[in-house]
Amino acid sequence: MKKFWRNFYKYRYLLYEIVRKNIKLQYRDSVLGVLWTFLQPLLTTLVLVIVFGNLLGKDSSKVLNYPIYLLCGRLLYDFYSQATKRAMRSIKNSASVIKKVYVPKYMYPLANVCSTFVTFLISLIVLVLFIAYFLIFSPNKPNITPYVFLSFVPVLVLLILTLGVGVLLSALSVFFKDIEYIYDVFCMMLFYMTPIVYNLDQLKIKSVLVRRILMANPLYSIVSMFRDCVLFGRMFNINHLLYSLAFSVVCLAAGCLVFAKKQDKFILHI
Amino acid sequence: MDLPVIEVKDVSVLFNLNNEKIDNIKEYFIKLVTRKLHYNEFWALTDVSFTVNKSDRVGILGFNGAGKSTLLKVVSGVLKPTKGSVRVDGVIAPMLELGAGFDMNYSGRENIFLYGATMGYSRKYIQERYDEIVAFSELEKFIDVPVKNYSSGMKARLGFAIASAVDPEVLILDEVLSVGDAKFRQKSEQKIISMFDKGVTVLFVSHNTDQVRRICNKAIILDKGKIVYQGEVNDVCDRYIELAAAKKKN
Repeated sequence: MKKFWRNFYKYRYLLYEIVRKNIKLQYRDSVLGVLWTFLQPLLTTLVLVIVFGNLLGKDSSKVLNYPIYLLCGRLLYDFYSQATKRAMRSIKNSASVIKKVYVPKYMYPLANVCSTFVTFLISLIVLVLFIAYFLIFSPNKPNITPYVFLSFVPVLVLLILTLGVGVLLSALSVFFKDIEYIYDVFCMMLFYMTPIVYNLDQLKIKSVLVRRILMANPLYSIVSMFRDCVLFGRMFNINHLLYSLAFSVVCLAAGCLVFAKKQDKFILHI
Repeated sequence: MDLPVIEVKDVSVLFNLNNEKIDNIKEYFIKLVTRKLHYNEFWALTDVSFTVNKSDRVGILGFNGAGKSTLLKVVSGVLKPTKGSVRVDGVIAPMLELGAGFDMNYSGRENIFLYGATMGYSRKYIQERYDEIVAFSELEKFIDVPVKNYSSGMKARLGFAIASAVDPEVLILDEVLSVGDAKFRQKSEQKIISMFDKGVTVLFVSHNTDQVRRICNKAIILDKGKIVYQGEVNDVCDRYIELAAAKKKN
């Protein structure tokens, strides 16, 4: 364990350099550059608001300040899906380095999650702008209370979950390329399973089983907690925290275990 | 003083030639059921042991497929040996393939820091040596151009300049002196020889016995994954030329 930390300390610059590289290269050669970090969630949210808020009737979206409601869910989901997908491909994409030079391999999934996290934090500015707009112009103002400062808790839990899943997938995808395709489908399913565009309470699901399945999704707990803090201005349900935190820690432990056990064999497969 | 810098003990490396082809679950289960998983095994190295003391420069000679590159990968920590152990004291600068750690979309300047970090050096440390690196690589004009637009010679020059600028304790060279034009080859050879004064330990792979004689003081001949001969550089080189001649006759 001590050896691990010493090694991590030695290669901390590598982590920093990869994060920096990912962020710098992401928007290089695009005219608007880093502005896309805001524009992309802004525009996609507008599309979703138009489709689900207006066209499909107001039933599914009878939530106060629906655009903010939607944006909260979307930003968190986007971070999760982008970060895990990038982490999953990170080992394969860095094959040329891993084959030639000794580097701690976990740096690659870790750095990819970190760099996506940084862009996620920047894109939160859009959320702030949305809330400010609604505070000024909306008749039903969002309820901003000191609880908003607790919003870092669900974000932190999400980060642990994302890291765990990312590390796990990065190790598995080295051996089975199929996982990349399966996971794309899985992420699409997750988008509809998580109450991003709808509100679970208003779906009036009769089957207890279906409800249970939907609520077993840790993203549901995390998104709910985040909305409680940011939009509804109340304390989140502590059960949500306990469940999602436990789920995330187990994921991280499983990810690290699989990665540590399999990392010496990566070089034979990439 | 003491402990050798590099200690390689009974190292064997096994490759499963079948393993590399399985990349989907279906194939894996078929092979698992039909027990073909451990079908095509190949020992790239068998029971290789040697030690290298501080300031030794060891040349590694051998024909294609003898296991030279595998041995260097094991020493640099890229590949874990199937059996045996490897211990290395000090900072290794691997020059297995120059420019392997570059990002093609990054400019030369940015890649200098990235490559430095890949070897575990801080931004500040590289910054101090930045001018020296650029001057040595002779890329002043192109330093802000993305590396994807570099020629292979330019990439090799930049890679060598970075790896040799960081004062490593152990230098691992895999035929790197055969890239670039004659002028740069000479320049990099001089650079390596100048590093000897600082007490650097070198592992050097080459087919060129003249080069090995110039750079090394000891040498090893590998054949089919085994050490067949080791000793003073001139003895080993003579022996290697004999072996090569014998092989030609067959």
